[in-house]
Amino acid sequence: MRRLLLALLLVAGPAFALSDPAEQLPDAAQEQRARVLGRELRCLVCQNQSIEDSDAELARDLRRIVREQVAAGRSDTQVLDYLHARYGDFVLLRPPFTAGTALLWATPVLALGAGALLVLGLRRRRAAPVPQALTPAEQARLAELDRTP
Amino acid sequence: MSDETTANPWRRRALLGLPLLAAGGAGLGFWAMLRGLGTGSYDPHGVPSALLGKAPPDFALAAPAGSDLPALTAADLRGLQRPVLVNFFASWCVPCVIEHPQLMTLKRQGVPVFGIAYKDKPADALGFLARRGNPFTRLAADEPGRVAIDWGVYGVPESYLIDRQGLIRWRWAGPITEDTMAADLLPLLRRYSA
Repeated sequence: MRRLLLALLLVAGPAFALSDPAEQLPDAAQEQRARVLGRELRCLVCQNQSIEDSDAELARDLRRIVREQVAAGRSDTQVLDYLHARYGDFVLLRPPFTAGTALLWATPVLALGAGALLVLGLRRRRAAPVPQALTPAEQARLAELDRTP
Repeated sequence: MSDETTANPWRRRALLGLPLLAAGGAGLGFWAMLRGLGTGSYDPHGVPSALLGKAPPDFALAAPAGSDLPALTAADLRGLQRPVLVNFFASWCVPCVIEHPQLMTLKRQGVPVFGIAYKDKPADALGFLARRGNPFTRLAADEPGRVAIDWGVYGVPESYLIDRQGLIRWRWAGPITEDTMAADLLPLLRRYSA
């Protein structure tokens, strides 16, 4: 029984909010395009989901708008621009590079740079000092220590 | 390496102080963030309006069936005598109940408030106003919620301040509380009435 449940769990696919067939476009290619576009758009209610994944009412409305426009033959850019004009950068899960989003986009580079600096700094510090030859006084002392039993 | 640091006491002190300074700075930033969250001036989930400084989208909405107030179209928001507030609300929306007394205050002060009932049945929207009082001088119904999307609305209540030139000057997502009135709305109304 337990094995059967486990097998069922493994078989279960990811849950997409878009389970309602009435929402889908009859044309498979258009539906595919609409899904790809929907995954580029952020649900403004539950903000870590795309409108394709969200079950919020507003996400459903936005999915419908995307499908209407795809069916009307508008290009991907036109569809994204339509929503960008209304909801701003926030609606795009990949926001454009502007002064406001520069820090967001630069974060990976900055983090990598900081890490590189840290590694360089640590390496420089750890470099062992070159041992210097013993002075005659030290050699004499060493010889003396060696002699004592 | 220790020779180097002990040799210069100032360098040693700077190295000791640096983590303290960084921790202090982070603490201050965190405190400011929490304070902003408390007063509502900082909202990490807030979606900034894309329409600030622009005219509202073109739209024409009918009044909800049974309403005796005039409806609302984009033309009603151009060439105004004084700034107006456009308020998206719904009878099913709990924060709208919190906001309602502030809208009544605006009405008493003579500020025109235009209401748009978002995804609401006409009878429910009218019932809400009959029970609690009507702050609106114009009332429209957006039952499919399509005009709201053109405005960039992502929840109710949401309010837009339109200046006399017909441009959107302020957008508030969420209920207008007494604090919001005092800190933001009333000063803006004064500024754009002049």
